[in-house]
Amino acid sequence: MKILVPVKRVIDYNIKVRVKQDQSGVELNNVKMAMNPFDEIAVEQALRIKEAGDADEVVLVSIGPTQSQETIRTGLAMGADRGIYIEAPHETEPLSIAKLLARVAEQGKPGLIICGKQAIDDDSNQTGQMMSAFLGWSQATFASAISLTADNAIVTREIDGGLETIKVKMPAVITVDLRLNEPRYASLPNIMKAKKKPIDTLAVEELGVDITARLSVLKVEEPAVREAGIKVSSVGELVEKLQEEAKVI
Amino acid sequence: MTILVIVEHDKGTIVPATLNTITAANILAEPIEALVAGDDIKQVADAALQIASISKVLIADSGEYAHNLAENLAPLIHQIAPNYTHVFAPATTFGKNIMPRAAALLDVMQISDIIEVISQDTFKRPIYAGNALATVQSSDPIKLITVRSTAFDAAEASGGSATFESLSGTGSSQLSEFESSELSGSERPELTSAGIVISGGRGMQDSANFAMLENVADKLGAAVGASRAAVDAGFAPNDYQVGQTGKVVAPELYMAVGISGAIQHLAGMKDSKVIVAINKDEEAPIFQVADYGLVADLFVAVPELDSKLS
Ligand SMILES: Cc1cc2nc3c(=O)[nH]c(=O)nc-3n(C[C@H](O)[C@H](O)[C@H](O)COP(=O)(O)OP(=O)(O)OC[C@H]3O[C@@H](n4cnc5c(N)ncnc54)[C@H](O)[C@@H]3O)c2cc1C
Ligand SMILES: Nc1ncnc2c1ncn2[C@@H]1O[C@H](COP(=O)(O)O)[C@@H](O)[C@H]1O
Repeated sequence: MKILVPVKRVIDYNIKVRVKQDQSGVELNNVKMAMNPFDEIAVEQALRIKEAGDADEVVLVSIGPTQSQETIRTGLAMGADRGIYIEAPHETEPLSIAKLLARVAEQGKPGLIICGKQAIDDDSNQTGQMMSAFLGWSQATFASAISLTADNAIVTREIDGGLETIKVKMPAVITVDLRLNEPRYASLPNIMKAKKKPIDTLAVEELGVDITARLSVLKVEEPAVREAGIKVSSVGELVEKLQEEAKVI
Repeated sequence: MTILVIVEHDKGTIVPATLNTITAANILAEPIEALVAGDDIKQVADAALQIASISKVLIADSGEYAHNLAENLAPLIHQIAPNYTHVFAPATTFGKNIMPRAAALLDVMQISDIIEVISQDTFKRPIYAGNALATVQSSDPIKLITVRSTAFDAAEASGGSATFESLSGTGSSQLSEFESSELSGSERPELTSAGIVISGGRGMQDSANFAMLENVADKLGAAVGASRAAVDAGFAPNDYQVGQTGKVVAPELYMAVGISGAIQHLAGMKDSKVIVAINKDEEAPIFQVADYGLVADLFVAVPELDSKLS
């Protein structure tokens, strides 16, 4: 079985983003970029499935500006086998991304797609579910445990009330949550090996997908900043402030 | 123009976030209908009929909707959505799971997690963990929207007199099956709608110490939350996680105990009315958003707080 893992290049999660002066978006120039953290977890899971003998190939796919190929390289250095790169504007919406990914899946016929539950830049939480719908496959979102049988995946999901376990037919789309695993670091030999692993390039036109945006961004602004508060010197003072000043207890 | 709101329920009762979602929909000042789908859901349907701003309740009572499986619910939404200009659902794990699937079937781009309704096609939503707010305008004929419940008040749950219509089931996709669930269930208020939340972080050191927070919570009628680090370390269950990728809360009072204040955590609580931080590190970033900061060892401060509240 082949596993497809879509990976997105985003601003590193440690960086505090800056909104552009002209309110057209956030500053992406000269900002440290990295693989979306949820996608690292997805890559790790795919590699573990392969290492357990349940898959024979892990293929990464990234859609975005040229530098997205570096993100694919990062995943190849973790141990994935090859990559597919599709050039598209950074702003391409989840609906279009999901259509492109579904086309890639129709051509490559993976038995499983594992992706992040959410990209930490747009915070959309849509792509996996949409891709699954386009393919007519089953979906298991927010996975914190996965076990595979010949025809099914048993997936534990993190939901608002706790945990839920479902059984989905393969092929499936699984979106991963934080506690599924801890992604490995790439070793130096693997970083070297990754340089020789193939990355194929596909064009949006070749895939026959219209990626015209449905949402136009009118404005991006900074949220209101909270006014600085005060330090209290004791628990007693804290309780008094909460009772007398803030009147919240 | 008519709007559809998807009702989230746990079979017996309507999940509170649904009422906040209705308030968001109501801003457009158009008739609102509600969809209640599930198996054996008479009680919830009856409750939905009482909601003040709902004119009609669509009831899809059929076995395939029993466990909110997206593969079964999305075709139902797909089938009825063309009768509406907007479909709203709460941005809970329920809404996040089913709505994008329905959006894809309709070939529309979902608008996730809105915090403001500006006009019938324009909405505001947080991006980058709430460090930026985007105003977006949709050109889709039907707008599929998920709503951040903390950004809107709850709609009046009674006083309404809606009519109803029964829908027949769309059948099972046979793609997925519910196996089991392990719900945290607690006597305390629900995290996202609680008036007071007290959360613990890595500083709590182990799960047994969370009992200290629970004692305080019980005295204040508060819900208990946690940072990701506390959940990852097994101090608290996953559904306690507050943050960018967990739950978003905005109570009257939020107390962060032994939490450093990473942006991913702040994303889930910085709209709280009053924020208290207890942390032994006076440089901890949480103090930058705290109205009242106490630099102290939590193992001294929390028991003292507990006794002061007695
Ligand atoms: C993709 C992604 C998503 C994430 N999503 C979330 C999310 O939704 N929610 C979330 O919370 N985090 C999230 N995080 C994690 C986040 O970046 C931080 O790692 C996390 O919030 C840190 O938790 P913490 O503050 O409990 O731990 P730490 O940062 O380790 O802070 C512990 C604090 O406790 C204090 N302390 C220790 N002992 C004591 C004591 N005895 N008395 C008083 N104070 C003490 C320390 O001074 C310190 O400030 C996410 C990260 C990533 C990469
Ligand atoms: N441009 C992209 N290239 C590859 N994968 C993507 C892209 N955008 C989103 N994804 C995948 O879809 C997941 C969810 O993204 P989103 O729906 O944008 O929150 C991410 O974690 C990725 O796995």
